[in-house]
Amino acid sequence: MSGLGIWNYLIIIFLMMTGLYMVISSSNLVKKLIGLNVFQTSVFFMYISFGYISGGAGPVFNENVELYSNPLTHVLILTAIVVGVATTAVGLALSIRIKESFGTIEEDDLHKMDSSL
Amino acid sequence: MLMHLPVLVVLAPLLAAPIVALMRGATWPWLLSTLVSWFALLCAVLLLIQVQAEGVIIYTMGGWEAPWGIEYRIDFANALLLVLITGLASVVMPYARLSVEQEVGAERSPMFYAALLLLSLGLCGMTATGDAFNVFVFLEISSLATYTLIAMGRDRRALTASFSYLVMGTIGGTFYLIGIGLLYVMTGTLNMADLAERLPAISDSSTVRTGFAFIVTGICLKLALFPLHLWLPNAYTYSPSAVTALLGATATKVAVYILIRFVFTIFGPEYSFGAEPLAEVLIPLAVIGLLSASTVSIGQPNIKRMLAYSSVAQIGYIVLGIAMGTAMGLTAALLHVFNHGLMKGALFMTLGAVMYRMGGTNLSDMQGLAKTMPLTFWAFVIGGLSLIGVPLTVGFVSKWHLILAAIELGWWPVVIVILAGSMLAVVYVGRVVEAGFFGEARDPTRREAPASLLIPVWILIFANIYFGIDTRLTVDIAEAAAAQLMAGGVVR
Repeated sequence: MSGLGIWNYLIIIFLMMTGLYMVISSSNLVKKLIGLNVFQTSVFFMYISFGYISGGAGPVFNENVELYSNPLTHVLILTAIVVGVATTAVGLALSIRIKESFGTIEEDDLHKMDSSL
Repeated sequence: MLMHLPVLVVLAPLLAAPIVALMRGATWPWLLSTLVSWFALLCAVLLLIQVQAEGVIIYTMGGWEAPWGIEYRIDFANALLLVLITGLASVVMPYARLSVEQEVGAERSPMFYAALLLLSLGLCGMTATGDAFNVFVFLEISSLATYTLIAMGRDRRALTASFSYLVMGTIGGTFYLIGIGLLYVMTGTLNMADLAERLPAISDSSTVRTGFAFIVTGICLKLALFPLHLWLPNAYTYSPSAVTALLGATATKVAVYILIRFVFTIFGPEYSFGAEPLAEVLIPLAVIGLLSASTVSIGQPNIKRMLAYSSVAQIGYIVLGIAMGTAMGLTAALLHVFNHGLMKGALFMTLGAVMYRMGGTNLSDMQGLAKTMPLTFWAFVIGGLSLIGVPLTVGFVSKWHLILAAIELGWWPVVIVILAGSMLAVVYVGRVVEAGFFGEARDPTRREAPASLLIPVWILIFANIYFGIDTRLTVDIAEAAAAQLMAGGVVR
């Protein structure tokens, strides 16, 4: 565990908790989505950290290289990033529709309007 | 062609969805998606027959052997689930035509059917695949389709319901992703069979335990186990009727299947119930969920919402069966997955017919239904009896097995809880039946729902009765599936 050591994992945990806290605590729907993104990004970092081996080269075959990093986790996380982008897009589209039909994207106001209906 | 059945179930709707999205009008998209759903059902039924005849089917994607490639692995448990998903989709699609025209509108129909196809293919993919990461991909495909479908509801509250499901569902999905990542780090594989082989050697590492916790919590969010069910009632209440029918019957069931797959096949029952306190966590939650959701559903003025809470309660029964950790409990859980799919599909579709004629699904809309819409009303009565668990319906079969499983373990309090849940179901179904039978119709001129809504409803109602009387097929398959799952690991 030379190089980054466990620091990157501490950062990942910090980002994860920040993201979750934002999702739970903010009332604005767009801020919730930002929190969700931070949360997901921490998981992307986690996967990328998993695959990296200290001193390992990129996974391109070369006769002089003996130690390669694991490319699979990086490929996996590309898929997850695409999923994250799609989720954000749907979430933002929903926020626009909510703004159009309720006139607000503050969750507290939305709750008040919901119960009055 | 027969060789490629496991992938055709997923591939056919996947190829059809973009074509449907590009079509114009309401009729052609509907026709193509209906035909594709029927084709998928045909594939699923053939798969089930093949599994019964030859045992586990392994399909390597693109000819790449696992663990390098992705494999699809069909055994009794997921063959049964595939029949349920494609069967419900095949009944909901023809039903959707009129209901969607009214609730969603003709101009949005192509997108609606494309999303419905994506939903069913995502669920089929989650069920069929033998690769843990592939499950995540299909989970997100089905979830994204679900968010858009819920948001197409007529009520503007559908938008907020969809948004909160999006937030909760994404957190659930990401938890699952974290868990898979941790398992991959420890084992170096994503293939379920390989995971099952390699995990026992390293099962006391804290990384594996953390992975297990993340996976179980993430999936429990998706299957709406109490207290993670908060997204469900609104999502079911405000989405279009056809969507509620498909979602209520299949979506949470597939999450249950994934839970079963991880708890029994991948981690193995000894680890899940021995080394981890899974039963101690799940049983109280299932019992509280069962009783509280049943109680809450009694007071609901909106019948769709009442059934949504009842779904949370039914998930309690299923999780109870899983948490018993015995072959009998698992058989009961699998039976209830299938049977609850049949009854909730039928009930939500009945409500869709009420919605079509009355424009709402409140208790006041159900008043006097026995006179104005007798066929719809009796469909609701039979579906409701099945929900309660009256003999000669599917509800009885699965509850009977669940009670037998509890007695086998000597868990008498659980038996009482199961019976109490049924009593509560009598109350909440009873008040609708009472309103329908004795109430004064608000508008006595309302006529019966059109045949294209009623025929699919009655097909499901007959399925409810048929599988309630002739239990050989479902019970045999569920028992065989439970035996395969209890063996732990993957049958080679």
